[in-house]
Amino acid sequence: MSLARRLLVLPALCALVFAAACGGSDDDPGTIILATTTSTYDSGLLDELVPRFEERTGITVKVIAVGTGAALRMAGEGNADAVLVHAPEAEAPYVASGDLVSSRLVMTNDFVIVGPPDDPARAASASDLPAALAAIAADGRFVSRGDDSGTHKRELALWGTAGIDPSALPREETGQGMGATLTIASERRAYTLTDRATYLALRDVLDLTVFVEGDASLLNPYHVHVVNPDRHDGVAAEQAEAFAAFLLEPATQALIGRFRAEEFGRSLFTPALESPVGGG
Amino acid sequence: MEAIWDGLVEAFRLIGSGDGDLFSIAGRTLLVSGSATALAMVVGVPLGYLLGRARFPARTLILAGVGTGMGMPPVVAGLIIWLLLVRSGPFGGFELIYTKQAMIIAQFLIATPLVIAFTAASIQSLPARLPDLLTVLGAGRLRTLWLLAKEARLGLLAAVMAGFGAVVSEVGASMAVGGNLAGDTRVLTTAIVTETSRADTERAIAYGLVLLAMAFAIVAVLTVVQQRSPR
Repeated sequence: MSLARRLLVLPALCALVFAAACGGSDDDPGTIILATTTSTYDSGLLDELVPRFEERTGITVKVIAVGTGAALRMAGEGNADAVLVHAPEAEAPYVASGDLVSSRLVMTNDFVIVGPPDDPARAASASDLPAALAAIAADGRFVSRGDDSGTHKRELALWGTAGIDPSALPREETGQGMGATLTIASERRAYTLTDRATYLALRDVLDLTVFVEGDASLLNPYHVHVVNPDRHDGVAAEQAEAFAAFLLEPATQALIGRFRAEEFGRSLFTPALESPVGGG
Repeated sequence: MEAIWDGLVEAFRLIGSGDGDLFSIAGRTLLVSGSATALAMVVGVPLGYLLGRARFPARTLILAGVGTGMGMPPVVAGLIIWLLLVRSGPFGGFELIYTKQAMIIAQFLIATPLVIAFTAASIQSLPARLPDLLTVLGAGRLRTLWLLAKEARLGLLAAVMAGFGAVVSEVGASMAVGGNLAGDTRVLTTAIVTETSRADTERAIAYGLVLLAMAFAIVAVLTVVQQRSPR
């Protein structure tokens, strides 16, 4: 082949590859971007739910797993169509400003504090949550998400309630997701705050035990919100609304309740329909 | 030590079993990084040729800029393309964010400076009067370019290898602009991140082995072409 022909063929080939990689057609039922947290993703729950929704509606769901803070910011700038997040205090301003509409409680689970099995800070014998935090602050190492996620926000709130200044602690921030942070805590023999779902999903490879659980301030509610199409151009609100409604369907809710329950002997998430915070 | 061994055994079992996920992810990696490298060659080789041959005032400055681009962390390239393609960004209307095209664009941005720099260096290493000589000997314009390319093939193929090697192994840009969507934009590197955070070490190792094998196969072929004695 002559050089001239080669020079012509190469760009044509590239264009073809680019077009082939594209796909998509006009009668496409649509695509939504769901910005969500690493905990819903790393536990595998969305792998279970999303394909069912896609199969039924033909709508493609692009699940972008980031921290709650980043997910909310994406929504606030109109860069997502729906969010599934777990930091009610952080969500409130977006709901108040009208960026997020059609908000619904989907499910809850709870946060737990885990640490090395020999419990060097004796957190297990503390009378309540603030006392356990004080014990860890005094005698233990703590690993924080440090990524503006829902879990990170909750951790900071818990230190605040216990009257402890987290910046004064031997406390390290990973800036990574829950799975990575648990692994680091396990390797460094440190305590960390985790949602129960991610902890259970990874329990077998971690050298961490649950020491603090059950406190009301450890309840972890997940809400779905639709991004307001009146405030942001290009939002696929109709499809996002369909996805939000799908999450609240009785069949989906039952699926959430059963998700990996057999494997762990307890459900990872409590569906909203039977949640202690009540439906809504 | 046992975990590493078990991981390797299980990884080879996965590869041997013709695991569907593994092969579709590997194929997608090849498609995305191959397209990005091809586009980078189309743009980078002519620019590199110009920078290697032509003499103009800003040339040194541009070469320095290209050199800096070679060292650009992929995650920075990813951030730039993310900001441009995201819905609220200047090119949001094209709806390219979280697609393979977005990944190709970001990887193109990573590979192009490498291709330009390697091409410029290989063209510059040829005798300066070679083009004139070829013309005098009766070679046409295209024939001259072709003969030059053959002479410079060591550097040009090194450009392909450097470009492909850089984009096939990067994770930051692919994660940022592709979104690591299962079955759509998940490539070997981002799959390794996912499986690691899900503690599926065997799968992560299997993906890593496939990535290494793929890179080796491609570089081996290119090296054979590169080292072949000229006709």
